[in-house]
Amino acid sequence: MINVTYIQPDGSETTVTAQPGDSVMQTALNNNIDGIIAECGGSMACATCHVYVEGEWADQTGARMDGEEDMLDCAMSEMKDTSRLSCQIKLTEALDGLRVHIPEEQA
Amino acid sequence: MPQRIVIVGAGQGGLQAAVSLRQEGHTGAITLIGSEPHLPYQRPPLSKAYLKTGDANSLRLRPRNFFEDQNIELLLSVTVTRIDPAAQTVEHSVGSVPYDHLILATGTSNLRPDIPGLDRALDLRTLDDAEALREAVSKAQSVAVIGGGFIGLEFAAVARAFGLEVTVAEAASRLMARVVSPEMSDRFLKLHRGMGTTVLLGAPVSCVTETGIVAGDVPVTADLVVLAAGVRPNSEVAERAGLATENGVLTDARLLTSDPAISALGDCAAFPDPTTGRLVRLESVQAATDHARLIARRLVKGDEASYAAVPWFWSDQADSKLQIAGFATPEDEAIVHPDGAVFRFDGDNLSAVETVNAPRIHMQARKLFAKHQRPTRDFLAAHEYEIASMLR
Repeated sequence: MINVTYIQPDGSETTVTAQPGDSVMQTALNNNIDGIIAECGGSMACATCHVYVEGEWADQTGARMDGEEDMLDCAMSEMKDTSRLSCQIKLTEALDGLRVHIPEEQA
Repeated sequence: MPQRIVIVGAGQGGLQAAVSLRQEGHTGAITLIGSEPHLPYQRPPLSKAYLKTGDANSLRLRPRNFFEDQNIELLLSVTVTRIDPAAQTVEHSVGSVPYDHLILATGTSNLRPDIPGLDRALDLRTLDDAEALREAVSKAQSVAVIGGGFIGLEFAAVARAFGLEVTVAEAASRLMARVVSPEMSDRFLKLHRGMGTTVLLGAPVSCVTETGIVAGDVPVTADLVVLAAGVRPNSEVAERAGLATENGVLTDARLLTSDPAISALGDCAAFPDPTTGRLVRLESVQAATDHARLIARRLVKGDEASYAAVPWFWSDQADSKLQIAGFATPEDEAIVHPDGAVFRFDGDNLSAVETVNAPRIHMQARKLFAKHQRPTRDFLAAHEYEIASMLR
């Protein structure tokens, strides 16, 4: 089982169960998590699924994909070292317990 | 606030309307009616990733339990036959449903020009189309594509990568003529020809035969023929209901049709361009979903704001990701920046920025349009066409 916790800008948390292979973005949409717009559906064309990966999880979620950084750099909310496009983080058992923060603004 | 909201069309725009209505706090009934048998899914990957992977699950926008959890009544394989604006009822293939407000998200259908033998050509519009096409591609050695727009070219790139012999027949004198500059058309012509695809320009298809097509005067042999010659808005039901239509269901700046109890969104809606006031109809996920959000805010919160989102488009062809920020007409002038970005001008004003594999410039251009609407040539020249400096 893979649990993922989404933390809203106001600090409220929602923990949901994900299917292996789904992205952090898809899991958010499946569970109606506010603040993940995901306009392009995971084609890395829009930067509206921006998240900040919490603390040490950033090591587990891996490196950014080609072009991801350019999109993040122009996202509505500030890019930090922990910024990722959640469509590019694929969930595996190793990510059980993952915590991501949703930025103030996406679009 | 309207209590019973019915959405006709369960594509990405119709789905977004249902989602946004609940997110904005609508507590009344929502009925989402789709003519296809599938849960709402993304269409853009049908001509791209899906053809390669065949993974339909990854296209699904929301799982089935989402609709139950959100109390959204989802009617699939149901076709709307008639709207009765006086009685405020939608009649469909298995019954009827009353509405306080109706949202038309009926999308488009493939244009099927009057060409002899065209029934032999496969469409690429729905998931079922794409499934059938994937199967046909796996058995074919050669394919002829009717139409050199986004979808025809995306398909051609995938088919070529599979090793098929590919011919693209385009009636216009350049590729993607409706949406990009001549410079960008040329760039993609080189890309496709460089991949070994035969591209015929100024070559309207006159017939489809058992052995292929005739494009211009040239017979092209192909095991498989794919039709990608553009679309037309699904506005017949609206028209029969007496709604104003003009290349789509006509709306005002708030996306309200000529009937105040009916809104329209996405590919089927003809609405005034926020910057020029000209009527436009955009075929894009961005317009469909931004329209949906605006309509939901109006219906739930009473927000009467005009639609003002910056249009953007993308197309993946082989390793080239084409992105367009803004919206240009084919006549708009093009200035090519040394870094490859193409700036389009409608008179003195910037109308669009076209880029290939340059997501940063694309995103900056979207921000530029959001901030300055229609920047002038002088403004761009003063900043030496460096968008980043215009945003400071």
